[in-house]
Amino acid sequence: MMRWVALFLCLAAQTQAAPHSGYADASAPVRAMQDDDTANPGFLWVQQGEGIWSDAGVPTGHSCASCHGAATGMRGVSARYPEYDAKLGHPLTLEQRIEQCHTERQGAAPFAHESDELLAITAFVGVQSRGMGVTVDASGPAAPFFDRGKELFTTRMGLLNLSCAECHDGLAGHHLAGATIPQGQPNGYPLYRLEWQALGSLVRRIRNCLTGVRAEPFTDDSTDLVALQFYLGARADGLKVETPAVRP
Amino acid sequence: MSRVLINVPKSCKKGDILDVKVLISHPMESGQRRDEQGQIIPRKIINKFTCAWDGEEVFSADLFPAIAANPFLSFSALAVASGTLSMTWVDDDGHTQTELVAITVV
Repeated sequence: MMRWVALFLCLAAQTQAAPHSGYADASAPVRAMQDDDTANPGFLWVQQGEGIWSDAGVPTGHSCASCHGAATGMRGVSARYPEYDAKLGHPLTLEQRIEQCHTERQGAAPFAHESDELLAITAFVGVQSRGMGVTVDASGPAAPFFDRGKELFTTRMGLLNLSCAECHDGLAGHHLAGATIPQGQPNGYPLYRLEWQALGSLVRRIRNCLTGVRAEPFTDDSTDLVALQFYLGARADGLKVETPAVRP
Repeated sequence: MSRVLINVPKSCKKGDILDVKVLISHPMESGQRRDEQGQIIPRKIINKFTCAWDGEEVFSADLFPAIAANPFLSFSALAVASGTLSMTWVDDDGHTQTELVAITVV
């Protein structure tokens, strides 16, 4: 009997509500900041990204624009990332895809992880899809990565022995001290976090969460980190892209 | 050169009150923080911002260390005659940046 009760509690704690953007959990001033493109500091990076898009000062002389044309042609791209790459046999995040293009087709040295340049070009590509629904395809050969991501999301970690799901599925909408616990949706990244006073990636946010529960963060290029982002993308199905969002 | 976003109508009618919004990319390092070696990170903030319309000052502000990174300033100016809005800010290290916006008043 106790076992059933425990199982029920366990299921109840991990039932996922309909996707709900962190925008709705933010305070009115933060939402106003995001709504006004001239007050949203994320647009400083978008502006920088626009410059990178047409910068032909790379070894092969090909700017992003010389192959992809106008940036408006990238509309819809960020909404479907992380995307499964059939050739590589695993999903790539948008940052990884941009790095791939940057090193293979532009022949340049990779951007540093979470550098202003990488955040800027990612935000510039991301903003093109603003308002579109997130549609990450986790079917077919991508399914094992979704499953692995879900496993990580629901695995207890760290000294505090918490899984992502404990808070972001089970306790979303409740409070952690003064802050509302969001669902942990990835639809606004890269986003401007007031706490960071800068634009930051989903990887940075995940690292924050992991150190918060006193767990060892994933290394930057670990496949688990990509799988977790892939799961988060699929979990956010239908939420509007808000890049560059503003969060407290 | 810091990145900057300036939002102001490029043309307006005489007597209009213009909303000027300026967002400046700047670390606004307060001088209170320490680096990994425990050394104080030197203060580096924008300490003065002024905006002039054809040389006549319409707005100025003193900025202090408690202001967050990437300061956002929003103020109004009365449109009297066509001219150039000139926005200048001064850094602790003496570095100055000026941005110009031409405005047509009809």
